[in-house]
Amino acid sequence: MRIVLSLNGRRTRLDVHPMKRLLDVLREECGLTGTKEGCGEGECGACTLLVDNRPVNSCLVPVAHVDGSRVMTIEGLRGRHPLQRAFVEHGGAQCGICTPGMIMAAVALGRKPGLDRVRAGLAGNLCRCTGYEAIYRSVMRAR
Amino acid sequence: MIRADLLQRSRLEGLQGSKSADRVPAFVPSDNRLMTRSRRLNAVGRNVLRKEGIEKVTGTVRYIDDLSFPAMLHARTIRSTIPAGEIVGIRLNFDTDGFTIVDHRDVPGRNVVALIEDDQPSLAARAVRHVAEPILLLAHPDRDVLRSADVEIEYRQTSPQYDAGTSPAIFKTIAIDKGDLEAGFRAADVIVDGDYRTGHQEQLYIETNGVIAVPDPDGADHGITVYGSMQCPYYVHRALKILLGLPDEKVRVVQTETGGGFGGKEEYPSMIAGHAALLAWKSGRPVKLVYDRVEDMLATTKRHPGVIRHRTGVTRDGRLTAMDIDVLLDGGAYATLSAVVLSRGVLHATGPYRCDHVRIRGRVTMTNTPPNGAFRGFGAPQTQFATEVHIDRIADRLGIDPVRIREMNALGPGDTTATGQRLGADTSALHVLREAVKRTGFKRRRRQLSRGLTPGSDPSRTRPLRGIGLSLIFHGSGFTGGGEVKLASRASLALTERGARILVASTEIGQGTRTMHAQIVAETLGIPYDAVEVNAADTGVVPDSGPTVASRTCMIVGRILQRCAEEMKARLGRMTPKQYLRAHGPLMITKEYERPAEMRWDDATYRGDAYGTYGWACDVVELEIDRDTWEVKPVMFTSVHEIGRPIHPMLARGQIEGGSAQGLGYALLEEVVMRDGRMANAQLTNYIIPTTLDTPPMDIVMLGIPYPHGPFGAKGVGEMPIDGPAPAVVNALRHAGIDLREIPATPERVMRAELSSLKSEVKCEV
Repeated sequence: MRIVLSLNGRRTRLDVHPMKRLLDVLREECGLTGTKEGCGEGECGACTLLVDNRPVNSCLVPVAHVDGSRVMTIEGLRGRHPLQRAFVEHGGAQCGICTPGMIMAAVALGRKPGLDRVRAGLAGNLCRCTGYEAIYRSVMRAR
Repeated sequence: MIRADLLQRSRLEGLQGSKSADRVPAFVPSDNRLMTRSRRLNAVGRNVLRKEGIEKVTGTVRYIDDLSFPAMLHARTIRSTIPAGEIVGIRLNFDTDGFTIVDHRDVPGRNVVALIEDDQPSLAARAVRHVAEPILLLAHPDRDVLRSADVEIEYRQTSPQYDAGTSPAIFKTIAIDKGDLEAGFRAADVIVDGDYRTGHQEQLYIETNGVIAVPDPDGADHGITVYGSMQCPYYVHRALKILLGLPDEKVRVVQTETGGGFGGKEEYPSMIAGHAALLAWKSGRPVKLVYDRVEDMLATTKRHPGVIRHRTGVTRDGRLTAMDIDVLLDGGAYATLSAVVLSRGVLHATGPYRCDHVRIRGRVTMTNTPPNGAFRGFGAPQTQFATEVHIDRIADRLGIDPVRIREMNALGPGDTTATGQRLGADTSALHVLREAVKRTGFKRRRRQLSRGLTPGSDPSRTRPLRGIGLSLIFHGSGFTGGGEVKLASRASLALTERGARILVASTEIGQGTRTMHAQIVAETLGIPYDAVEVNAADTGVVPDSGPTVASRTCMIVGRILQRCAEEMKARLGRMTPKQYLRAHGPLMITKEYERPAEMRWDDATYRGDAYGTYGWACDVVELEIDRDTWEVKPVMFTSVHEIGRPIHPMLARGQIEGGSAQGLGYALLEEVVMRDGRMANAQLTNYIIPTTLDTPPMDIVMLGIPYPHGPFGAKGVGEMPIDGPAPAVVNALRHAGIDLREIPATPERVMRAELSSLKSEVKCEV
């Protein structure tokens, strides 16, 4: 099936099986390995990316669903997003495997979210290293 | 496709690594403060930028599943579905054309996962000891074809052993004796008994286990390279040599960026690396073997469940006179590291308390469940859970305060442990206890909450129950007993034009190994942090610095690196690195572990200095118990840690926060349900780890009393944070009136404990 989408701001055409997971298409067809798989069942959030500015677990999305949509992955932030800087400066990334998904979920929270909003907004993203405290510090102090 | 050689390059380039990637991320810190700081000399004690931080936040760092090789095959493991018995027949119900198929007969060397006992086969030949035991390996270029291959295995089942207590197969027993136990009991006014139980726990690194094995191309005399997610490249190196029957130089193991380990990637990578290597060996092609979450949870090691019995003599005013402790761990089907886990368990079984008369008996036995193995804390969380809950029960019995009983018995400088180790000036049990009590207003808060708990204070029973509890913990840094001497770890430092390159087998698994090691070297050499590079943990290049476990990477390996840097500095004299290299050529300095002169240990009698030193911690938890659902919610968590001098305070704090959250999961949420020897909840939908909403706000304090043999006074930190939360939680439950003696404290268990205490009250009234 032919699929046309905006991928990280670039119009992209794909010829793929419509039921293939968006996660696999990105990692295997598009060479975008920044999006990670942690559980394959939408529980851990490591594969979080933005579809039309909303965070989704890309392991649960058949690629056909994003036909005509805007998809943004960690690569799309091009290292310029204040959250990326903050995650390095404040220890929000330890092993780093949850980090791309965590940052994308945090991007969806918008500018200067309060702590309650951060906790609720990141509740679908598991991190086993930090106990989340350094992630809160990173998100709250990003500027 | 990402080429593996890029991996090495990006790893070597550290902070500059992002420049080599296709899509160059522009990364400039918000202000130059942090960068400038790192260029100034004093590197130690500063929060310099993590070496691979930029690659991690831009998604450019390559984990094993992000790598691919030309002509690579994908692999799948066929596993047993029974807990005990024999394989009678194997039927392949698929067209085997294009498949590589490996069983035990294809092992060129010895069919074992070489570790301590060599009892575990890489592939079961006939006997099956647990569910999910590997039997057959398949590889194919197409993952869908691979997945659809149907293999049928016929078994003759035997009756499985699930009870560690009655299991006749014992992996290891350990006895520790101090003083005269009977005399200790005679001196007691009161004797308190108790049994305590702890469950399995899954490490749950977010990156599952995975490797890629690549056969070297050239002819008959070829070797093999294995890339993978791991903590201990030299463990894997040794296991592969034995499995494949190859000499040292024909096996190369390269750690790829590792998405968490927590002990779960200490011994298991030797298994999965062996499987990929066998398939690569037979097919002559690169083979990728990456587990999905369910397979990882079903098959890989977990924390040993424990049953710990205490019988303690105590005087009326609260002084411990005798401690009799029995430790039983469930090892699962094979020995793995069980003997060493038991060792750390029994060595921490008294908790941080002084007692002249001690008897500790430990044993770890075989059951027909997947083998248990290394997990952060390594036996100490189980035994210290028991001790800390027991101490609160003793205080209850005597009617004294939980802080008071700890103050009376806490180990101090000059005291001796159960093995007779005389403790040094950095013994800080009282410091951390007092700081935590002061900081949380523990005594006042406990009185306040107690008033709320008195009968009649809440007649409608609508408010949630609340309780506050604490735990006092110690944790030995480095390998147990003579372990460090046996390991004889080596580390190297090479002079570069810009500064120095670190060569160690210690792995970065999130805790900050590269960063912290580079700080130690930069500080010692007096060069900027950015001028120190860290080589990939590649056995083809780096010396064996021992495994990345046991809170030893900073204190032990860091110290060896410091000595390398001291010698390098002396050799350089007043020359710059560039001048030296021009005048004298390449310079590489390698040093080996040196035992502190005063350290003594006798493995036969289990007497002496069990560890170089110990970290000390006190955790305080306040929690709320829902009276309808019996859910327990921690609302406040405070932890005071004494870990010597933290090299990188932010990373050290990260270890404490992360380990504490993992400990709260152990206490409250994480339950491995074993049904017929099989984990029944092997997925993240029903094996629950703490999310943001389950984790309370944390107040972390680090006290630093320098340890003279650690680099710049540092001690170990990685494991200790997981020891304290579970007993603090259960002690807070006790304060709220719930007598629980096992974890996890799930709503079902809390309800049962409450109902049974109600029943016993009713009985008394009758």
